[in-house]
Amino acid sequence: MDTRIREVYWILGSLLTAVSIASLIGFILQRRRPDNSAVENLNARIRAWWVMILIGGGALLAGRIAVILLFALISFLALREFVTQAPVRRADHSALFACFFIALPMQYALIGADKYGLFSIFIPVYGFLGLAVIAALFTDTTRFLDRTAATQWGLIVCVYCVSHIPALMTLRIPGYERRTTLLMVFLVLITQISDIMQYVWGKLFGRHPLFPAVSPKKTVEGLVGGILSAALLGALLWQITPFKIWQAGLIALLIAMLGFLGGLVMSAIKRDRGIKDWSQLIEGHGGMLDRIDSLCFSAPVFFHLTRYFFSQS
Amino acid sequence: MIARFIEGLLIVLVRLLAGAHARWQGCGQSPEQRIYVANHTSHLDVVLLFSALPEPLRHRTRPVAAAEYWTAGPLRRYLIHSIFRGVLIERDRSRLNPLEPAASALRQGDSLIFFPEGTRGPGEDLQPLKPGIFLLASWFPGVDIVPVWIDNSYRILPKGFAIPVPLLCSITFGTPLRFIEGQQQMEFLAEVRKALEALQPH
Repeated sequence: MDTRIREVYWILGSLLTAVSIASLIGFILQRRRPDNSAVENLNARIRAWWVMILIGGGALLAGRIAVILLFALISFLALREFVTQAPVRRADHSALFACFFIALPMQYALIGADKYGLFSIFIPVYGFLGLAVIAALFTDTTRFLDRTAATQWGLIVCVYCVSHIPALMTLRIPGYERRTTLLMVFLVLITQISDIMQYVWGKLFGRHPLFPAVSPKKTVEGLVGGILSAALLGALLWQITPFKIWQAGLIALLIAMLGFLGGLVMSAIKRDRGIKDWSQLIEGHGGMLDRIDSLCFSAPVFFHLTRYFFSQS
Repeated sequence: MIARFIEGLLIVLVRLLAGAHARWQGCGQSPEQRIYVANHTSHLDVVLLFSALPEPLRHRTRPVAAAEYWTAGPLRRYLIHSIFRGVLIERDRSRLNPLEPAASALRQGDSLIFFPEGTRGPGEDLQPLKPGIFLLASWFPGVDIVPVWIDNSYRILPKGFAIPVPLLCSITFGTPLRFIEGQQQMEFLAEVRKALEALQPH
């Protein structure tokens, strides 16, 4: 599988152009309103986008192994944020060790080796049961179900779900050979654009809060505007996918919906733990999980829908 | 230099493991002489604190450590002498003044990292403070005592486990305090304790 195909260069070129224009606008705003915290936050976000695009694009150009390693690192950083908030105790040390140093590398190695039969069930079956067993072996029964569920949850969301992004490269779709990298680009692009457009539409027209108890910033206007923008972009990008134009639009709509719901679920966890962001890893954005929470939910569904309806084997 | 390289490597590793987010809440980074007084729950604490100090400050800051632990075995001896440039003190009180090595480091103008509980605690909460910090502060009343709270490191490497697990830690620097002439030991230790606990999250 070669990740360096013509379309990748086109997309990276467009993204770099877009973020350059954003930087220029940010610079002008900064000049006009030197001490505005909203402008400063916007510029911090744009700077972080530069870094994320350069790292992601670099990995794409470096090849399949680099992409897999990048997502393994993303899973590592996300899981680190997740378990920090989990109600784990001293007795869970070995279970956490197994998550970070056995399950995580194993999952990405299986994807690298293209073992669908194993990577699609390794964590839900062996990981799920194994973590419960390890926890029981340490004979600490305090809040047993809470603790075990938290480690299982962390492993599923941060490792299993995220790993479905590079797993897209393993799909075999007739008439789309050697181009499955673009599926990954499509998914990430749609999810992130949907996040950004929900934010923009919400800022501009947001009046009616959706779920104020979970996530006070989400509004009806933001959601509708955001996912419709994402669906439109998906339809426009149909040529990089194996889908027809209406299918691409519909799938993008679904990806955006799932991304929204993922963000909502992860907000509920943050609310419960009393935190606003998962960490301060990415300036202006919060933690790794704040940036990828929507992908955690859109990636596995997109993978399986595409596999079920479009791939052979 | 090999020692600098190993120091850098340890800091990269501890950042990968712990994130090691530094918050300069009550004071800024400053080259002036200070005693950083921190809670102690893990072997990683010294590296965590080191990683929070920018390089020029780090190289003038020495951790005060227990001799009997750090002189057992060549690896520990190498780490404490060449990498951390530690000040070793004997905890068994056989010597007249066990704190003398720390006092002499302060006289040379070095800053110190000092764990006032005297040993690693089991978790979250601060153990009773030993009189050591009171003695040092009263001998050097002109030196700022900077309270530092290292959050979560006990969860990375709990007592009894050999391999660490990744978890986010933060290192919070509080408002400096000083020994005031005539202050009693109990009173001073209570003040240090209060300053440390004020930095503890939630």
